[in-house]
Amino acid sequence: MQRGIEWQAAILKAIRLETPRVKTFTFTLPDWTPHRAGQHYDIRLTAPDGYQAQRSYSVASEPERVGEIDLTVELVEDGEVSTFLHEGLVVGDLIEMRGPIGGYFVWEAAQSEPLLLVGGGSGVVPLMAMLRHRAAAGSNVPTRLLYSVRAPMEVIYAAELDELVRASPDLKVLLTFTRAKPQGWEGYARRIDQAMLGEVMAPLSSTPRAYICGPTLLVESVATLLLQSGLPRELIRTERFGPSGGPA
Amino acid sequence: MAGQVFSRGFFGKRRTPEQGQRTPPGQYITPDFPVLSVGPTPRIPLGEWNFYIKGLNQKPVQWSWDDFIQLPAKSFKVDIHCVTKWTKLDTEWEGVSVDTLLSKVGLDSRASYVTVFSYGDYTTNLPLADLMNDQAFIAYRYGGQPLAPEHGGPARLVVPHLYLWKSAKWVNGFQMMEHDISGFWESLGYHNYGDPWKEQRYQGD
Repeated sequence: MQRGIEWQAAILKAIRLETPRVKTFTFTLPDWTPHRAGQHYDIRLTAPDGYQAQRSYSVASEPERVGEIDLTVELVEDGEVSTFLHEGLVVGDLIEMRGPIGGYFVWEAAQSEPLLLVGGGSGVVPLMAMLRHRAAAGSNVPTRLLYSVRAPMEVIYAAELDELVRASPDLKVLLTFTRAKPQGWEGYARRIDQAMLGEVMAPLSSTPRAYICGPTLLVESVATLLLQSGLPRELIRTERFGPSGGPA
Repeated sequence: MAGQVFSRGFFGKRRTPEQGQRTPPGQYITPDFPVLSVGPTPRIPLGEWNFYIKGLNQKPVQWSWDDFIQLPAKSFKVDIHCVTKWTKLDTEWEGVSVDTLLSKVGLDSRASYVTVFSYGDYTTNLPLADLMNDQAFIAYRYGGQPLAPEHGGPARLVVPHLYLWKSAKWVNGFQMMEHDISGFWESLGYHNYGDPWKEQRYQGD
């Protein structure tokens, strides 16, 4: 029996506003262990009467960053935990958490196949951990991120994604806007479909390993389309964010 | 860890006493039915579907879909608990009690553990005792409708007293065994048994 995953009191080091509804929280962990890109942590809040609530949040940062992690959290309508994180936390606060957790939706830079990442909304968070890990580890695997968002102001990590692309000729990031697009936008402006996936994958030299994370409808649709386009089932890994199934 | 960390200004959502009693520690109640699975949803034509019980029983048995839906069916109204923290109360299912299936196979007295196999290569393991005495069923209808593929249709195992990863979607069969062998999530750091009331989420809990 391996050692259990113990709760620890993390210290909130910084808060960064990513979009009007998304914040990134940087926590310093007294008992940090390197995660695998794609894993998550559980957070536990305790009310004065002892009532506790828990949620899982994907790690956004790369495992090469020692001693701390970033959790990127979308404010969920009426969300019990996300509302407290967004509105109740200040730098220096202690938060109980434990992790890293989850051993399947993970990518390591030692993997040599091309990488196809498909994200919807805040589903981009674990994929960003993979991109940051890829950069930190100096991996050159051909990589595509296809990132579906409703509107320009909802793009998380926009500036850093641009920087990652500039730094790596083997990385391309393709956005698609499903409700409102930026002025003068000439890229994709529709839900992800077979033609779009085909165009995104075509330049990859060999069969990619695919990671899909987002709302259920997007994940169901993209996973099915990838199967239909001939990608083997065992190369398609999914993580789904509820209607309320994901971090809330 | 030393000392309790309280979250200043956190009060949480208030629940009725009845909801509180039915919600295991660390869980929250959702009206939705979230979908969580690790890969593409398998789609199994009913003409190709079957369910088997093999291993430590006197005769391996396999049911086709047509055979399976002829078996005596029951309705089940149960609360379900997912390790990702959501709990859904009063879910209504129809299907076949595992007791009914086991009564057809002539169990060997050495059979103590079961590995559950699913279409799409998922597996999970549990003690045979947890599948008996009307504690578990193979469901093929949910909320009065055929069970949707994303929720495990054509048929899934439902074991409501354990975390929902034990309730294998797209179930295909049982392997009866003398010894326990870890399944998919049980090999990836999740708890081997998964009792939500003891909060057995991960290994060591």
